Amino acid sequence: MQKYYTPEIETASRETIVQLQNERLCATVKRVYENVSFYRNKMDEAGVKPDDIRSINDLHKLPFSYKQDLRDTYPYGLFAVPMKDVVRLHASSGTTGKQIVVGYTKNDMDVWDECVARALTAAGCTDEDMVHVSYGYGLFTGGLGADGGAKRIGATAIPVSSGNTQRQVTILKDFGSTILCCTPSYALHIAETLYANGYTKDDIKLKSGVFGAEPWTNEMRRQIEDMLGITAYDIYGLTEIIGPGVAFECDEQTGMHVNEDHFIVEVIDPETGEVLPDGTQGELVFSCITKEAFPILRYRTRDIGVIVRQKCSCGRTLCKMTKPRGRTDDMLIIRGVNVFPSQIETVLIERGYTANYQIIVDRANNFDSIEVQVEISNEVFSDTVKGLSVRAKELSEALKNLLGVNAKVTLMEPNSIPRSEGKAVRVIDKRKLLD
Amino acid sequence: MLKQLSVFLQNKAGRIASITNTLSEAGIDLRALSIADTTDFGILRMLVSDISAAKEILSKENCIISVNEVAVVAVPDEPGGLARILSLMAQEHIDIEYMYSLIERSAKEAYMVFRVSDEPKLLEMLEKNGLHSVSAQTLGMK
Repeated sequence: MQKYYTPEIETASRETIVQLQNERLCATVKRVYENVSFYRNKMDEAGVKPDDIRSINDLHKLPFSYKQDLRDTYPYGLFAVPMKDVVRLHASSGTTGKQIVVGYTKNDMDVWDECVARALTAAGCTDEDMVHVSYGYGLFTGGLGADGGAKRIGATAIPVSSGNTQRQVTILKDFGSTILCCTPSYALHIAETLYANGYTKDDIKLKSGVFGAEPWTNEMRRQIEDMLGITAYDIYGLTEIIGPGVAFECDEQTGMHVNEDHFIVEVIDPETGEVLPDGTQGELVFSCITKEAFPILRYRTRDIGVIVRQKCSCGRTLCKMTKPRGRTDDMLIIRGVNVFPSQIETVLIERGYTANYQIIVDRANNFDSIEVQVEISNEVFSDTVKGLSVRAKELSEALKNLLGVNAKVTLMEPNSIPRSEGKAVRVIDKRKLLD
Repeated sequence: MLKQLSVFLQNKAGRIASITNTLSEAGIDLRALSIADTTDFGILRMLVSDISAAKEILSKENCIISVNEVAVVAVPDEPGGLARILSLMAQEHIDIEYMYSLIERSAKEAYMVFRVSDEPKLLEMLEKNGLHSVSAQTLGMK
């Protein structure tokens, strides 16, 4: 079985990667300066000329790009090629504001397919596999992105798209899907539906899954792996950069290899914008160095992570980013304490609860309150009121240790927390309605 | 000793109806039923005619369940009958987690379900005092 999709890049020496990055970065900066007024104006304002960028060591001189910039230049203001060269558009859902649009040239599509092909290959995919894609197909990059990678490898893509979970189970079983691609929360929902129909992992042929588009914990990974009898790999991406495939996980499951020949990653202090050394937690910032249609530079992802550059046991030399703990946007500030939903998820799963939960934050009399609703499992349930109350109290105390404030724990029956077919809704912040 | 089935209830209208319906559709009889509730949740406890079938059906319905051993004690149907048993249990330091009564009874005895801290000790105590527990067979349970 092929271990790497592009071994010459994935196992290249640091010098080779840096040299590629230097050449590609300089060319991209020059190109956007000439072709996109937005970048030209921004660089002029910052007093930076394309000639000032001679290697990746000069990257920090370039101004950042933000999601707001995509909104301000909506729809095509950041495109760096004429529309006749654009063969595909994708858009973000726009749930957190105005929708954003990105474009791809034919070459960009090739780059994207290659990035996803590397991720699928790392998850054991070959041309003999059946890749079941349950990400939504459409403007969202998930479905078509995974589909393109499968096609590139020569695997059989099954474009199920998201939704109709009963049918997902039928197809898994009848078509013999071997690799599942979807959000981790949807993977868990599919697994629950499989068991609810009286089947188990022995009735399906899945061997691995490539899950992304939302933050998830290792505890949730183990649950998915146990229920579906698979190895679950993380994949990272953003519409603004290319979609899924910016970074991907290998067998080591300790972080995601960044496709550094196409994207340069930096970690910065989100407050000061200062570049942080490897191994330090901060906001991930990406620059596209091969994209033609939408080559965004120093894009602030708002994802919090760490970069490590040690050779991985899988043999890849591409740097690794840790699983993002969450987006700065998802971070809850409860009475001044910063909390990511993923931290709450870890506490829940460690104590035998399910990964089906919702966090409700409210404010009364200028005081923030937090409620964690979680579906209980047979493991946690007790036939005595005392037993069950003690468990709820223990959970509440563990959450208090994490949050520094009292959290109300509400135990829920299975399937009472709404399931999502895409990204799970983890937080309902009622404070926002009051502001 | 008998096996009792407990089901987690979120305080939600119609939940008990749907559980009892599911069981009746499967031809499972209830021998006893009790509900413990707090402001946040409830626990439905049942003795049923076929526990393994009931467990399977309710699991399929996504119920959270647990199976525990309980004792059904035959309480002499006379004034002070229950009081005597409870005093004996107190003397022996057998703690009661909860108790509830059955609909079924014999001519001279009422039946009560006890979930206690030490069941062997309870059975020993009953025997020593000329009392007895009721078997699953007597109640038509399997």
